[in-house]
Amino acid sequence: MADPGILEVAVVSAERLLWQGEAKSVVAKTPEGEIGILPGHEPVLSLLVESPLRIEEPDGSKMLVAVHGGFFSVDSNKVNVIAEIAELAEDIDLERAKAALAKAQAAAEDEDASALKRAETRITVAGAAKSLH
Amino acid sequence: MGAQLRVFRRRIRSVQATKKITKAMELIASSRIVKAQQRLDASMPYLTQLVDAVSAAASHATDVSSHPLTARAEKQERAAILLITADRGLAGAYSTNAIKEGEALTRNLGEKGMSVTPYVVGRKGVSYYRFRGREMAGEYTGFTDQPTYADAKRIGEDLLAAFHGDENGEGGVDEIHVVYTHFVNMGTQETRVRRILPLEVVDEVVDTTEDGNPFPLYEFEPSPEAVLDALLPRYIEQMVYLSLLTSAASEHAARRRAMKSATDNAEELIRSLTRQANQARQAEITQEISEIVGGADALSA
Repeated sequence: MADPGILEVAVVSAERLLWQGEAKSVVAKTPEGEIGILPGHEPVLSLLVESPLRIEEPDGSKMLVAVHGGFFSVDSNKVNVIAEIAELAEDIDLERAKAALAKAQAAAEDEDASALKRAETRITVAGAAKSLH
Repeated sequence: MGAQLRVFRRRIRSVQATKKITKAMELIASSRIVKAQQRLDASMPYLTQLVDAVSAAASHATDVSSHPLTARAEKQERAAILLITADRGLAGAYSTNAIKEGEALTRNLGEKGMSVTPYVVGRKGVSYYRFRGREMAGEYTGFTDQPTYADAKRIGEDLLAAFHGDENGEGGVDEIHVVYTHFVNMGTQETRVRRILPLEVVDEVVDTTEDGNPFPLYEFEPSPEAVLDALLPRYIEQMVYLSLLTSAASEHAARRRAMKSATDNAEELIRSLTRQANQARQAEITQEISEIVGGADALSA
């Protein structure tokens, strides 16, 4: 097995393998609350809720991924994040996300809140990525 | 220029123009096959992960066979078919084959006493049904050459809703089949039928991952049942997505082949028309010469 002090992370969306690499820690949000994964974590298979996923890379830089539903599994320092739709911070078009948010807010009264939530997650991720750079 | 020769020349020009179009379509289709295959490959990691997770959750959940998505209804009365055809024609027998297969399946299910609700993907299939005045429960068009996951999700959600029926679980369909065209290779595509619901439960407990290692003892959050509940619909959607992708690849392959033979035929046609045109030209020249010679003879006589 690889270095026991490091996590191997893969972020997979339905359409493609989005990102693969090493990480010091991963923080994800499950229906029961936030969960932080450090190397040596016990095997977990958990659902994800719409939220930003935080990955800390070995050099200390932080990465954010917007995940829209899905699940993740942890097993012997391998973390697989499997989301139907996932976007890296740099792929998100902030203007478009804002427009979608405005539209979702306008429709929020009768529509379900998923579009709203999705837009909010996108903006959080994109905004946070900017402040990191 | 004689009238006959002019007609031939015009026809040659027109066939040449057609050939240019079919040649271009052939090239476009060739490049799209590759793209479609890449998309198919790119979606594979997701499927492997999903299958592993479903198997892991299923082996921990209590009584998987009673899950709504795996349980078979006692009486099989209603079935749904998802028929995947092309949006555009000029793809040889691609759509026709899929429709034929769908019709055969409909008859088959009908003989078993089931009523069939069609869901149709692609304009060709939709117009086939509409022309015959048959009702469709769902029609999806405009994406068959490049399906996205969002398209598959929309279809998957509709199918799942149809399977579940109303709030009391009444009125749902008992079986859902997909008719799609499997992409074997550039030369071969097969029309296939796959039942996606209810899910086939493998009785033996699967406790190894794909590479043969035993499943780790996962801690499930919130619970194995909840995880399974969330994963099974994703699995169905993924199945729909894969069917759409492989059908898209097949569509491009069928179109490429059809356009290749159209181009070949056009070349053949141009060749024979050129011969005829040459003949006509020669006949014209011969006639002119004999007219001149005849005229000169008449003068000197």
